[in-house]
Amino acid sequence: MSAVGKQKSGRRLTFKLTRKRIIAVVLLLLGAFIFFESSTLDSELVTTLTFESSSTGEAPAVADIPVPTSSYLLVVGLLFIVTGALNLHEYEIPRWRRLSLALMALCGALFIPTVIIAAAAGNDTNLTTIIAESLRLATPLAIGAFAGIWCERAGVVNIAIEGMMLFAACFGFTTLFFLRGTALPLETAQLLAVIIGVLAGGLIALLHGWLSITFRTDQIVSGTVINILAVGVTSFVRREYLLSTEAGAAKLGNFAIPILSDLPVIGEAIFTNQPIFFMMFVMLGFTHIVMFYTRWGLRTRAVGEHPHAADTLGINVNRTRWINVFISGMIAGLAGAWFSLEATGSFNDGMTRGAGFIALAAMIFGKWTPIGAFGAALLFGFSDSLGIRLQMVGVGFPVQFLQMVPYAVTLVVLAGFIGRASPPKAVGQPYVKE
Amino acid sequence: MSEAPPVLEVRGITKRFPGVLANDNVDLTLRKSQVLGLLGENGAGKSTLMNMIYGLYKPDEGEILVNGAPVQIAGPKDAIELGIGMVHQHFQLVDVLTVTENVMLGNETVSGPFLRRDKARREIEQLSREYGLDVDPDAQISDLPVGIQQRVEIIKALYRHADILILDEPTAVLTPQETRGLFKIMRTLLDKGVSIIFISHKLKEVLEICDDVVVLRRGKVAGHADPSASTEQSLASLMVGRDVILEVDKAQARPGDEILNVINLHVHDDRGLPAVEGLSFALQRGEILGIAGVQGNGQTELVEALTGMRAVEDGRIFIKDADMTNASPRHVTEQGLGHVPEDRQRDGLVASFTVMHNLVLSTYYQSAFSRAIVVDDRAIADNARKLVEQYDVRPPIINNIAGGLSGGNQQKVIVAREFSRDVDLLIASQPTRGLDVGSIEFIHRQILRMRDSGAGILLVSSELDEVLSLADRVAVMFEGEIIDILSIDETDRDTVGLRMAGVRDQSHLVGEA
Repeated sequence: MSAVGKQKSGRRLTFKLTRKRIIAVVLLLLGAFIFFESSTLDSELVTTLTFESSSTGEAPAVADIPVPTSSYLLVVGLLFIVTGALNLHEYEIPRWRRLSLALMALCGALFIPTVIIAAAAGNDTNLTTIIAESLRLATPLAIGAFAGIWCERAGVVNIAIEGMMLFAACFGFTTLFFLRGTALPLETAQLLAVIIGVLAGGLIALLHGWLSITFRTDQIVSGTVINILAVGVTSFVRREYLLSTEAGAAKLGNFAIPILSDLPVIGEAIFTNQPIFFMMFVMLGFTHIVMFYTRWGLRTRAVGEHPHAADTLGINVNRTRWINVFISGMIAGLAGAWFSLEATGSFNDGMTRGAGFIALAAMIFGKWTPIGAFGAALLFGFSDSLGIRLQMVGVGFPVQFLQMVPYAVTLVVLAGFIGRASPPKAVGQPYVKE
Repeated sequence: MSEAPPVLEVRGITKRFPGVLANDNVDLTLRKSQVLGLLGENGAGKSTLMNMIYGLYKPDEGEILVNGAPVQIAGPKDAIELGIGMVHQHFQLVDVLTVTENVMLGNETVSGPFLRRDKARREIEQLSREYGLDVDPDAQISDLPVGIQQRVEIIKALYRHADILILDEPTAVLTPQETRGLFKIMRTLLDKGVSIIFISHKLKEVLEICDDVVVLRRGKVAGHADPSASTEQSLASLMVGRDVILEVDKAQARPGDEILNVINLHVHDDRGLPAVEGLSFALQRGEILGIAGVQGNGQTELVEALTGMRAVEDGRIFIKDADMTNASPRHVTEQGLGHVPEDRQRDGLVASFTVMHNLVLSTYYQSAFSRAIVVDDRAIADNARKLVEQYDVRPPIINNIAGGLSGGNQQKVIVAREFSRDVDLLIASQPTRGLDVGSIEFIHRQILRMRDSGAGILLVSSELDEVLSLADRVAVMFEGEIIDILSIDETDRDTVGLRMAGVRDQSHLVGEA
């Protein structure tokens, strides 16, 4: 704003580069791109959207939807162009303003289907699989983001989620590895392994708390130390104990939710799944309810925003922080256990591959709210699953480009509609009682 | 009056901080349903004493009695249980939470682990009605003006059943209207049996509301005063320890050339809404133009536009006949502008820098203080030693961190920096807000000295008394406009007060009727 306002003459501005106009311009460009892209496609091409795997042989509960690819893209391209053009103007009349905003919302809703249809041009694409796969890949990111929320809402930066995950993945798997030879049934051993993973995360979080709360070390430094430590310790453990025999164990078994798993289509794809996957939804509800509907959540948020105010009301700031950091670590541990115990049944060096940082990005993207962070994690998961799918289908398009598009659009929409994310005010500041 | 039973007694309290004796054998007694005024300059130990009563500090010696029984107060929790509530000078409210959430925080109404916002809300509404504390329980704190935030703080204390209320400089952030509202609330509280400790250094207010006054000076009780038998003069002398001249003694202004000319100025506020709407005025050398008005009528935006800190939407600003519309702050500074900003901690100082570096913030790049790209710390230190002595900054240690000084001394650092330059136009915004009598007297004298040496001065203040005693002409701002410019010799307090409330001059209408 100030860049535009800083003109010498002092005349009143007639055109302001508002957020809405930026989105409008992006929509125009995008619409033009889709429009011209559609004309290069063979007009005979049809993308078929399916919802069930055809292997069952039974009649599908939901019919397939054939979409003529190039005409669909033509229409969507035009819609984007029209919406973009309409939104360049600020309307005085409420009806027009509502119309232009509704069109913009429609464009946003159409976006992801359009990416799928364009990407799978001429092929069948199974929507249910894409959704289920997105959710599955989002699991460690969403749970990691909830871990971040617990910590940062109390005013402690946690960039050590990555390290906590790695510790949990390693110690969880090591536990399972050593229990394999014993008389314990597999399920019990797996349960113990997950619990050890969760506790490992919590233990590392205590180190974070000790450094950053008790000794008031810079929280970023403390987190970095833990991340580096995690890489070293876990690869040492692997080399020392896990390499000696063939490393590989059974993954966590599927679990069917009663009733829900009998639903057509999604019953099998979503409600018959592995336990940490379901824990993602449990943690979503748990984090949301605790943060916004309980005494503990209110105190946590107060401590993260204005610790001194909380102190004057008799709330023990550092104790609140300690407990939240510990819970955060345990949740991060659960996310870590997903990698070794649920997804692969093995442990590799650095197997979390930056998921902890992406989880943090999801947390910020979601403005430090559990629901927002979950949505952001889903988006990241969708992008991943899209990439995998497209590589399998083998489209002529550069896969990386299509993978990038959801992020780019979300960034614009977020900047345009939702605005600046503001972290808890006291995040990163150790609390010193005067 | 004084036969009422004591509810809070402090006996022989001593508190030492490293190198400072903050409280030295202090005694005081608060009686039921009375207001005890606690007066003292900045750094006299008022806040320290109150923080000990509220459990934030531990006294080294002495005892505290509540309702006649000695008590141990280890933390705010103990204080709250004893019925002590405190409204801190800097409000202890969480901006992003609602009124209800702030009030219940730490003392939540719950069923199981879950908050019962509805119950708490009803209780707040009940308190609101009972004590005349009008506030919307669902509003978010950051959307409320300071006056309302203060009510939330008082509700917070009442919600915890406080019957001893400590108000730490409650009027420092309030407009005259809001102060009157607060006094009304305080009287209702007294009627309901609450006893109040009122901390202030505004003598007029202390005389108006208090039943008894204790004056602290350098950590010791300097004396008691009976408000009905005291004057502002006597309280000020007791507080400072010497005779203070409260009346500003000023010579007739001798206006010279025009120095600042503002034509049809339009400025927007942070939200992009019009804050200054078509303002025009001129200022001459050798005069003080006071801008009076209730806070939030566009004064802040006006000053920021004049000093290059905010974009001008429409209109022109001329300083010494040069067009300074939308010029950069440095450009305006080099044109001969001195600026004492409204928020000294945000815009006036770099709190983490030393006094000596703060004193050259606007001149460090000039040849006197730098050689090529290297700043000349020796020259900067020499300059600082001179100014610290001349402007009586205490303690006079140039390597001190500016943020560690008291408010009055921080302001002296800013005044020293701005007034020691070759300044033709001075814009002083709330120059004495939150300062004690001694510092106010000093800064007023400096402003008059600048005027008499031929600078033009724009004085923006929400303290009507300050404007009336210093200014030669008074411009009253209301909703972004100057609704009247009055000559100080031809107006009075009531007229200016009416204009501040938005009542325009209607004498010509009376003539017609």
